[in-house]
Amino acid sequence: MTDHGWLLPLIVASSLGPGIVIFFLRDEQVAVRTVLNLLGAVLKVALIGIVLAGFFRGDSLEFRYTIGLDLEFHLRIDALALLFTALSSVLWLVTTVYAIGYLKGSANRSRFFGFFSLCVTASTGIALAGNLVTFFIFYEFLTLATYPLVVHRGTRKALEAGRTYLWYTIGGGTVLFVGVVWMFTLVGSVEFGQIHLLGDLPADLRPQLTLLFWVMIAGLGVKAALVPLHGWLPAAMVAPAPVSALLHAVAVVKAGAFGIMRLVYDVFGIELARDLGVLPPLAVIAAVTILFGSLRALAQNDLKRRLAYSTVSQLSYIALGIALGGTLAAVGALVHLVHQGVMKITLFFCAGIIAETFKIHRISDMDGLGRRLPLTMAAFTVGALGMIGLPPIAGFISKWYLGLGGLELDQPWVLVLLLLSSLLNAVYFLPILNRVWFRAPAREWKRHRHSRRWETSGMLLWPALITALLSVLLGLFTTSGWSVLALALEIVESWFPPAPPGLAT
Amino acid sequence: MNPALSDSLSALPILLPLAGALTCILLPPRHRAAAGLLTSALTLLSASALTWMLLTTGISSQNLGGWPPPLGIQLRFDGLACVFLLLTSLVGLPVGLHAAALFRSQPGDDRASSPPLFWPLWLFLWAALNGIFISHDLFNLYVLLEIMGLAAVSLAILSGRPAALLAGLRYFLAALVGSMLYLLGVALVYGAAGSLDLGLLGEALPAGAISVRVAFALIITGLLIKTAVFPLHFWLPEAHSAAPAPVSAILSALVIKASFYVFLRLWVDVFDGSVTFAAGQAVGALGAVAVVWGSYQALRQSRLKRMVAHSTVGQVGYMFLLFPLITLDPAAAAAAHGPPTWLGHAWTGGIYQALSHGFAKAAMFLAVGIFILAVGNDEKRSVTNMVGRLPMTTFAFALAGISLIGLPPSGGFVAKWMLLKATFSSQQWWWAPMIVWGSFLTAGYVFMILRLAFAPAAEAPKKNLRPVPRILEFTALALGVGAILIGLRASEVMLLLDVGAPFAEPVQPLTEPPGGADD
Repeated sequence: MTDHGWLLPLIVASSLGPGIVIFFLRDEQVAVRTVLNLLGAVLKVALIGIVLAGFFRGDSLEFRYTIGLDLEFHLRIDALALLFTALSSVLWLVTTVYAIGYLKGSANRSRFFGFFSLCVTASTGIALAGNLVTFFIFYEFLTLATYPLVVHRGTRKALEAGRTYLWYTIGGGTVLFVGVVWMFTLVGSVEFGQIHLLGDLPADLRPQLTLLFWVMIAGLGVKAALVPLHGWLPAAMVAPAPVSALLHAVAVVKAGAFGIMRLVYDVFGIELARDLGVLPPLAVIAAVTILFGSLRALAQNDLKRRLAYSTVSQLSYIALGIALGGTLAAVGALVHLVHQGVMKITLFFCAGIIAETFKIHRISDMDGLGRRLPLTMAAFTVGALGMIGLPPIAGFISKWYLGLGGLELDQPWVLVLLLLSSLLNAVYFLPILNRVWFRAPAREWKRHRHSRRWETSGMLLWPALITALLSVLLGLFTTSGWSVLALALEIVESWFPPAPPGLAT
Repeated sequence: MNPALSDSLSALPILLPLAGALTCILLPPRHRAAAGLLTSALTLLSASALTWMLLTTGISSQNLGGWPPPLGIQLRFDGLACVFLLLTSLVGLPVGLHAAALFRSQPGDDRASSPPLFWPLWLFLWAALNGIFISHDLFNLYVLLEIMGLAAVSLAILSGRPAALLAGLRYFLAALVGSMLYLLGVALVYGAAGSLDLGLLGEALPAGAISVRVAFALIITGLLIKTAVFPLHFWLPEAHSAAPAPVSAILSALVIKASFYVFLRLWVDVFDGSVTFAAGQAVGALGAVAVVWGSYQALRQSRLKRMVAHSTVGQVGYMFLLFPLITLDPAAAAAAHGPPTWLGHAWTGGIYQALSHGFAKAAMFLAVGIFILAVGNDEKRSVTNMVGRLPMTTFAFALAGISLIGLPPSGGFVAKWMLLKATFSSQQWWWAPMIVWGSFLTAGYVFMILRLAFAPAAEAPKKNLRPVPRILEFTALALGVGAILIGLRASEVMLLLDVGAPFAEPVQPLTEPPGGADD
C-alpha cells in the first residue's frame, strides 16, 4: 500500500517547517519558539508511531520525486529506516526539552533552535532515504546544518573546532560524492535493497568494485569516526551539551554508521561483500578503532572529551558487527545503533548538567558530586554501567549479540576484543563513579539558580532520567515483540540469504 | 496559438527593454527607477509567456520583415534560448529592485552614489542579452555582442572612480579584441558558405576546409576572451569588482553567460563538422585550469568583491568542461551504438552550471555589497560577527556558497553531479579530480567568510553598522533561495531544455513524468 506515501515527506517536514519559522523569531519570543519546537518534535514522534503501526501490519510506504534525469528523490520505509527514525525522533523530543532548559537566557537561541531542527530534519532524511542520492543529499545537508551548532558559542576554540569539523566532513562528503557518481555510472540509480545490481556485474569489474567500496567507506568513515578519520569528533565536543548529546547519539556519527550498514547490506549485499573480501579489513579497522578510542578516553581529564573518545570506541562496535558478516553479529550492530544512542545521550545530558550547574568540566573536580546531584549521577551511573556492558542495561544486549556473532563465525578473537574493550570501559568509567559516590566533596556546593525543588533545573534533569530509564527498559524488555531486537531480527532476515546461518560462507 | 500572435510575442523580450531604455533616457532621473522596474516586470512576463508558448507549440521561428534566410534575419526560440531568457529575467528583476533601493538610499546626489545612467544602460544591455539568446544569425549576434559589450563596459565604469575607469578600459579593450576576432571569423564563414543563418550554416559549411577551421579558431578565441576563460580572464576580476554591487551581479551572473551561450550554440549547431576531439579537450583543459586557478585565487584575496570576482573565473571553468564531454573521438563515436548516454548529462550539467551560477553569483555579489555598505570597507575582516548583525544577508551568502561549492540540494549540485557523471561514463576520468578539487577550494573561500561571520562580537570592529534597507537584504536572499530551488526543480528546466536539444533524452524518467509532484 503506497497511498500514504505523503506521510514520509511530512515526517521530514515536521522538523523542517518549525525550523524555518524559528529562524525568523526574535530571541525573546520564548513561548512561540518552545511551542513550535515541541509541536514539531511531538508531531514527528506521532507520525512515526503511525508509520510503525502500519509497518507491523504490513504496509510499506514510499515517496518519489524526480529531480531530473536519473536524480531521484526517494523516501521509503523499511525496517532499518524505522529503527533509525524512531531512535532519532524520540531522542530529538527529549533533547529539545533539554536544550530549552539548557539555553535559557543565552544569546542567539532562535538561530540555535533553527539549525537544531534542520539537523534533525537531515538525520530523519538519512534514515528514510530510499536510494543513494537521497541519502547523499541529506548526508551533506547534515554537515551544513551541524556546523552552526558546533560553532554556536563563537569562541575561538569553537571556531577552530568548526573548522576541523568542516574539513573532515566536507572532505568525506566529497569522497562520498565521487563514490556515488561512480556507482551511478556502473549501474545507474541504486535503491537500497537492490543488491542484484552490483552483484550481477561481470567478474572483471570486481577489482573496480573493491576500490569503489573503500572510496565509499572513506567517505562514510569520517562521520562514523573510524580511525584515522575520527579527529573531528573530540574537537566538536566544544559545542553546547545538547548538541554534543545529539551529535554523539544520533545525528552525525550514526549517519556514518547507518551509511556503512546501508552500503554493506543494501547496496553491495553480504554475498558480494564476502566475495570481494572487503569485510575482514573493515573488521580490523573497527577493532583498532574500538581499542584506540578506549585507550585515548583513559587519558582524558575533561569529562566531555572522555565521553567523546568513548563514542569513537563504542561506535565501532556497530562497524564491527557489520563487518563480521554473520547474522548474530549484524543483530548486535543494529541493536547497538539504538542502545549506544540512548546510553550516550544520557551521559552527555549528565555532563551538561554538571557543567551547567557547577561549571565543572574536569573529572578530577567531580569528587563527591553524587551527594549534591544524586539523581543526575544515578542516571550517569546507569549510562556508564551500560557502556561497560553490565546486565540488565541495554549495552549488555549489544555486547552479548556481538560476542555470539563472533562465536557463530568461529572467530573467538571477537570475544577477546569485547572483553578487553569492556575492561577498558570499566577502567575509564568506574573511577568516575568512585569519585562521585565515594569521595568527600572538595568544596561546598551552591544551589542552582533555576531550581528550588530539584537538584537542578527540571528541564535538564528529566530528559536525563528518562533516557537512563529507557536504557534499562530496553535491556529488560529485549525479548518483547515490540523491542529493538524484534525489528533487528526482521532487518537481518532481509539481509541474509535464507540459508541457515553458519552454512552461508 | 495564433501564429501571428506568437510571432509578435517572440520579439517582445527584445523590444520591451529597448523601449524601456529609451523611455528612461527621456524621463528625469528620479522617475527612471520606476520605469525601469516596470519594464523589468513586463520583460519577465513576456519571457514567461514565451516559455508557455514553447511548451505548448514547440520551437518557433520568425523572419524579421518577412524575409526568410538567407536573405533575411531569423529569430528562433528554442529550449536553450528559453532557459537563458528566463535566467536573465529572473535575475534581472531582483537585481534591479536591489539597485533601485540601493541608489535611493545613498546620501547625496553625486554620480558615484546614484548614477542616473544605470537604468538606460542596464535596459539596453538586457535588450542585447535577450537578442543574443533569440538571434539565429551570425552577424546579428556580432552586433548584439558589441552592444552588450559597450553597455557592460559603461555600467562597469558608472561610479567614475579612477580604479573603475582603469578596469573599464581593460574590459573595453578585451571586449574589442574579442569582437574583432569574432568578426574576422564571421567574414571567413560568409566567404566559405555564403550565408550567416545558424540553421543554414550547419549544412552549408564545407567541413574540413582550411578557411572554416581558421574561422572556427578565430570565433571561439574571441568568445573565450569575452567569457573570461583562463588564461584570457585577466580583465574580469578588476572590472567586476570595481563596479557597484548590482552591476557586478549583472556582469558576473548574466553578461559572461551570453558569450558562453553563443560559444555553445556555434559549437553544437554551426561548427559541428569542424570540432575535433582535440579541440574539445583543449577547451576542457582551459576550463579545468580555470576551475582550479580561479578558485585558488579567490581563496587568496583579502578583499571581498575581488574574491567573488575571482570565484567567477573558477565557476566559468566548470561550464567549459561541457565541451570535451560532448565532443567525441570519431572512432569511438562510430564504434558506439547510437548516441552515448552521457551526452545529455554533460549538456544538462554545463547549462545547469551556467544557470545556477547566475543565481548564486548574483546573490553573492549583492550579499557582499550589503556587507560593504554596512561596514564601509571591502576587507574580509569586516564580515566578522555578521551572523549576529545581518543574519539574512549572511544566510543569502551561505546559500549562494552552497550552490557554488556544489553541495546538495542546489543548482550547483545538479550541475556538478551531471558533469561528474558524464566524466566517468565517457571514461574521461581525468576531469574528475579538477571538479572535486575546485569544489574543495570553493568550500575553502566560502567557509572562510562564514567562519568570520560566526566570530564573536568581541572581535568585531566597534563601529556601528550603517543601516541597510530591508529590500536589499530580501533581494539577495531571493536570489540565494533561487540558486537552491533550481536544484530541486531540475526536471522542469530539463523539460524546457529538451525542446530542440541537440541530444536525445538519454535516460527515461525513472517513474512518473516530471512535474507530477507539486509543491
